[in-house]
Amino acid sequence: MKTLDELRKIREKAQQDMKLRDGDNRFKIVVGMGTSGIAMGAREVMKAILDEIAQRGIKDVLVTQTGEKGLSSMEPVVDVIESGKPVITYGNMDIAKAKKVVAEHIVNGRVVNDYVVSTDK
Amino acid sequence: MKFYRSHILIGIDDTSLAAGVKEFEALLLSELEKNKLADEINILETGTLGLFGTGVSMTVFPDQVTYVNLKIEDIPEIVAEHFLKGRPVSRLALKAPLKKHYDFNYKNRIVLENSGKINPEDINDYLAAGGYEAWEKALLNMKPEQIVNEVKASGLRGRGGAGFPTGLKWSFTAPIQAPQKLFVINADEGEPGTFKDRLIMEGDPHKLLEGVMISSYAVGATKAYIYIRGEYKLCITRLEIAIKDAYEYGLLGKNIFESGFDLDIFIKIGAGAYVCGEETALIESMEGNRGNPRSKPPFPGVEGAWKLPTVVNNVETIANVPGIITKGAEWFTGYGPDGCSGTKVYTIMGDVNLPGLCEVDMGTSLRTIIDEFGGGIIEGHQFKAALVGGAAGVFLPLERLDVNMDYNSLREYAAVLGSGAVLVMDERTDIVEMLYSVIRFFRHESCGKCSPCANGNEMLYQLISKIRKGEGTQEDLDNMVVIADTMFHTSFCALGQSLVMPVKSALEHFRADFLKRLKIK
Repeated sequence: MKTLDELRKIREKAQQDMKLRDGDNRFKIVVGMGTSGIAMGAREVMKAILDEIAQRGIKDVLVTQTGEKGLSSMEPVVDVIESGKPVITYGNMDIAKAKKVVAEHIVNGRVVNDYVVSTDK
Repeated sequence: MKFYRSHILIGIDDTSLAAGVKEFEALLLSELEKNKLADEINILETGTLGLFGTGVSMTVFPDQVTYVNLKIEDIPEIVAEHFLKGRPVSRLALKAPLKKHYDFNYKNRIVLENSGKINPEDINDYLAAGGYEAWEKALLNMKPEQIVNEVKASGLRGRGGAGFPTGLKWSFTAPIQAPQKLFVINADEGEPGTFKDRLIMEGDPHKLLEGVMISSYAVGATKAYIYIRGEYKLCITRLEIAIKDAYEYGLLGKNIFESGFDLDIFIKIGAGAYVCGEETALIESMEGNRGNPRSKPPFPGVEGAWKLPTVVNNVETIANVPGIITKGAEWFTGYGPDGCSGTKVYTIMGDVNLPGLCEVDMGTSLRTIIDEFGGGIIEGHQFKAALVGGAAGVFLPLERLDVNMDYNSLREYAAVLGSGAVLVMDERTDIVEMLYSVIRFFRHESCGKCSPCANGNEMLYQLISKIRKGEGTQEDLDNMVVIADTMFHTSFCALGQSLVMPVKSALEHFRADFLKRLKIK
């Protein structure tokens, strides 16, 4: 059981953590893990991204999951977020594409235009 | 530098190489030379075109036509038609042009503002996004009556289908003095083609929980149930995690934030009966009985589950509540037209390029929803009809494509917003077959309690089957309307009452489809 003050502290800490996390990490990769995404292989894509990052020894990337954004026909959907830049949303991802995104976008800083479906804020 | 009037980009990757792209390229070049076009049209090799499993593919600029699954036999036709005469060969062109800048419309989202952004399994993510501020404000700074009034002023209406004003519904139960009141979330999303509640629950479960907390407090319920359909396994898992975390953080339980208010939330898993989306049948099912609707009155708000005052609301409705509390009723009425404020989540499917889901202002036109968010009708085809509001909805023809999607505008066409499902059909769809599948669904789901629905559905099924077989008559068509009308006037619950909408609208706007099938024309 937590009191209101504690909750407020947790919220502030969570907000700060998020800022810190964003500051420490060059990139945040968010994999859409809704029912449609998972059915289309989002778990495998997530694993491929984590493997590729581990294999290359990349330390400053945060990989996390989220729900569906709404573009069910383009699942699995992966967001690559770099602070101060528009969110790059990749669609129709698979294991090979996920590895390519890590190699091109995360390592070399080149957006893989062919897989981009949206560049929403 | 040479000037070319057109450039062809051929995608070279593993799949296209396996499909013989090199040979195709050589033959394409010789065909261009044969037609003396090689000086005007340039062939370039590029990496993958971003397509998937499309064999030999190429994009022609400046026309921006992408051809897929090309064969060597297609070369003469493409060169003759497209490069000599300037007419793209639509037979071979990509049906769904990739839209690079799909707009998810996050700036205008309310219930799905966090879905697709935060981690639904981490309460801290929700807190960091400003979560549970509304709960704090409601519980500590507002009286229950104030919350009810705020929601009334916001003009929020039920998103489950009927569009009943939410604040008004609450105001029936809130003043009742009872030892125990209940708040129930109807998450038994059974309407065919609807999956909006699933996305809310699996994308942002805490949003729903926060809404439940505020609403329960407003009506004075200390126990809340989420009645969720059993197939939504991911939603159930995520809601369970969310509820556990909320207890841990003291957002639920006894004497929350020392306010003296207790609240427990339970999950009740449904067994997949369509009729259990009807609130009294849902209550019966919650009690452990067969899911049959009850007589009204007494209304559930006065005497519901276990004879206790019970408020039943839809997931999407309640997911709007935290925003109304934090930002106020006036902010909420800024969305959508008068009398139908807020946003609406639509699920778009059928013959569109980008099936999926969108949240837009109430009153957005059907055309915008289909074109902007559904990516438009599949290329080379025309819009024929849209079944709006799920199976218990209305077939809207082309003339109604500009209708504004809100409760009042749709009522002018005897249509309903329903659950927000938009099923788009192009000219290849036979409305007889569509109506057959709708009627078959209702026949299967009728609970059998009342005669008009149980027998009416069977009679409609027999008639439509007869028409499908080519044995129907004009009289059968007239009888279908009479039966549907009778069901509307005499059925016990909404299940039997709503079939009149698809039947009448199909026969009114697409009679030609039916006449074609009749024995005597």
